[in-house]
Amino acid sequence: MNNTLNETGHQGALRLLLSAGCHSIPHALRKSAMVAAWFAFLTFPILVIKVNTIENTVAWRWENMLAIAVATFFGSYVWRWLLARKEIKRDEAKRESVAERLLTKVQSHPILKLAGLAAIAIPAVLYPQVFDLYQTNIMVSCLVFIVLGLGLNIVVGLAGLLDLGYVAFYAVGAYAYALCNLHWGIGFWTMLPLGAALGTIMGVILGFPVLRLRGDYLAIVTLGFGEIIRLVLENWGDVTKGPSGISNIARPEFFGMKLTIAQSTMYMYYIMLGLLVLTIFCVSRLQHSRIGRAWLALREDEIACQAMGIDKVKTKLLAFALGATWAGMAGVVFAARTTFINPASFTFWESAMILSIVVIGGMGSIRGVIAGAIILILVPEYLREFSEFRMLLFGAIMVMVMVFRPQGLISAKRKIYTYKGTSEAGSGQ
Amino acid sequence: MSNPVLNVKAVDKDFGGIRALDDVDLVVHQKEIVALIGPNGAGKTTFFNCITGIYAPTSGDVLVDPKATGDPVRVNGKKPNKVTELGMARTFQNIRLFPSMTALENVMIGTHCRTKSAVFGAITRCKATRNEEQAVIDRSYELLKLVGLDQYVNETSANMPYGKQRRLEIARALATDPFLLLLDEPAAGMNPQETHDLEKLIVDLRDRFDIAIMLIEHDMKMVMSMSDRIYVLDYGRMIADGTPREVAENPAVIKAYLGESDDD
Ligand SMILES: Nc1ncnc2c1ncn2[C@@H]1O[C@H](COP(=O)(O)OP(=O)(O)OP(=O)(O)O)[C@@H](O)[C@H]1O
Ligand SMILES: [Mg+2]
Repeated sequence: MNNTLNETGHQGALRLLLSAGCHSIPHALRKSAMVAAWFAFLTFPILVIKVNTIENTVAWRWENMLAIAVATFFGSYVWRWLLARKEIKRDEAKRESVAERLLTKVQSHPILKLAGLAAIAIPAVLYPQVFDLYQTNIMVSCLVFIVLGLGLNIVVGLAGLLDLGYVAFYAVGAYAYALCNLHWGIGFWTMLPLGAALGTIMGVILGFPVLRLRGDYLAIVTLGFGEIIRLVLENWGDVTKGPSGISNIARPEFFGMKLTIAQSTMYMYYIMLGLLVLTIFCVSRLQHSRIGRAWLALREDEIACQAMGIDKVKTKLLAFALGATWAGMAGVVFAARTTFINPASFTFWESAMILSIVVIGGMGSIRGVIAGAIILILVPEYLREFSEFRMLLFGAIMVMVMVFRPQGLISAKRKIYTYKGTSEAGSGQ
Repeated sequence: MSNPVLNVKAVDKDFGGIRALDDVDLVVHQKEIVALIGPNGAGKTTFFNCITGIYAPTSGDVLVDPKATGDPVRVNGKKPNKVTELGMARTFQNIRLFPSMTALENVMIGTHCRTKSAVFGAITRCKATRNEEQAVIDRSYELLKLVGLDQYVNETSANMPYGKQRRLEIARALATDPFLLLLDEPAAGMNPQETHDLEKLIVDLRDRFDIAIMLIEHDMKMVMSMSDRIYVLDYGRMIADGTPREVAENPAVIKAYLGESDDD
């Protein structure tokens, strides 16, 4: 391995490609041959044998096996090479990707920063004017997931509490609006803050018993809570109308005017955009506050954290409740947007999706979560044409990110503080 | 003699069938440097854990009296963060910094229990919050400078050399504004020069902040030269205490350290 590291130029790169992850080229050949053989064997029943039950004949498609073997043989080379390259460049990978460095550079320069913000804000504002209803709708659901991702990011990314039942709070917000609207005709704008407050309260109520647990145990219990909420919604028919759900939920009103579907979608888009800006604002301020630091410290070392005078229960509960606040709000928006909700919208799959957004995007990083949501929500939408392969591709992206960038697409950065004597003391870099 | 700031009375700690601490008494007065020594596994770290709330003692009393007014507070059973709030801050034998946070942020965490800005302040970033935040940053930087880490301010603590990490832990503990600083083997893994510098630092901290310091240490040279009093723990029992000279001449201590077998 070492001599391949030192060699430079084309020859070295070629040798690295041919023997990546192995002592020698013959070893690499043997390894790839094994992989190819395994794949050929495993896919044999599906890809080679084709039984025709009507004519009672069996077709042996050996050419498929050959194709699989060849593809995996070369595929395994590429895979090993990517892994080896990652190993060599580990130090660099740990630091920053090119994109991240660019972002940092842009941010540190006031004019560039303003220009960058404008470059994001103008398309964001013009989007529903330029694109059609279908595209706007997809974008609204993407925005909802960004807000959910940022909310869960407080719990998982900042405070390090693995919550697999986050969708429960989303459901609480949505059902709260649906039911209040149905029975008392409460409007969207009244319900938005109420939904947020309800989310917070539910966060505290559910958080109190489970936050004694840690890691895997917490994950399992929150998963259970999420399912309990869904089952209650499904089976408490008198109140929630059971699996058939609640329909005809009012869309947000706009100064008493009647809006067409297209207009109200556009309106929804702007509401979500506003909510997203508010979320980013709040989360980024929280992240770099006394409380945000306490969350981070708690994530890193609970015992040291307590020994430094931080109240573990209070701090965790705060993270859990604040995370739930955003979910409650997003739930209200969701109900108002679709005008119909039922328990099927709040399954474990949704929780898993939001968690994936946070993990793949980069735990604790706002930009990362936004990138994660865009990739995980928009990519499957645009891949609808390849509907059979959609989930396969989705899975492949997730695996790739986890293998090659386990810290997420955009990792969180530490804030650099300015203190008395910033100038005289050379900073640590 | 003045009232003790820390008064530990007849503390026992059992782990299942093992008695890790057995009827331990100890007092610390204001501005004293007290050392706790003993062979490996004697129960020194367990003692620290019992008085800082990480473990609850099986029986006995831990009394704390920050101002030495003669009106102590009983702390056993209190949570570690409450104990720290009362004014006992510690470091750990196996360094427990927050690895991905910068040195400055590590120290800033220490100020958490002395500051109070909450969610509302964090989001609105009102004047009070901004002032508090700047005060925290400045004080944390001062503390880093005091322990000689000013060139590491923005370095993540995991990337710092081992000896510097130990100093950072001390700065973090100091940020909690303690009246008693508890150091668990602060010189472990340091070379003689670093140990010597650390000794100077500890004495300097005591004089500068007028605090009491209690340390667990295996480096006898350091312990003997800097401590006002020494306690010796062996198999969970306090076998001796006194000035460095008294302890060094105590036959029970010599026996414990030489590991003499029972021949009678
Ligand atoms: N959580 C625990 N559960 C069970 N036994 C424990 C626990 N913590 C410590 N002990 C036991 O208590 C005894 C004292 O351990 P302690 O760590 O306090 O020793 P120490 O004096 O700090 O030793 P060292 O000099 O090696 O740090 C040991 O026998 C240890 O095995
Ligand atoms: Mg110990």
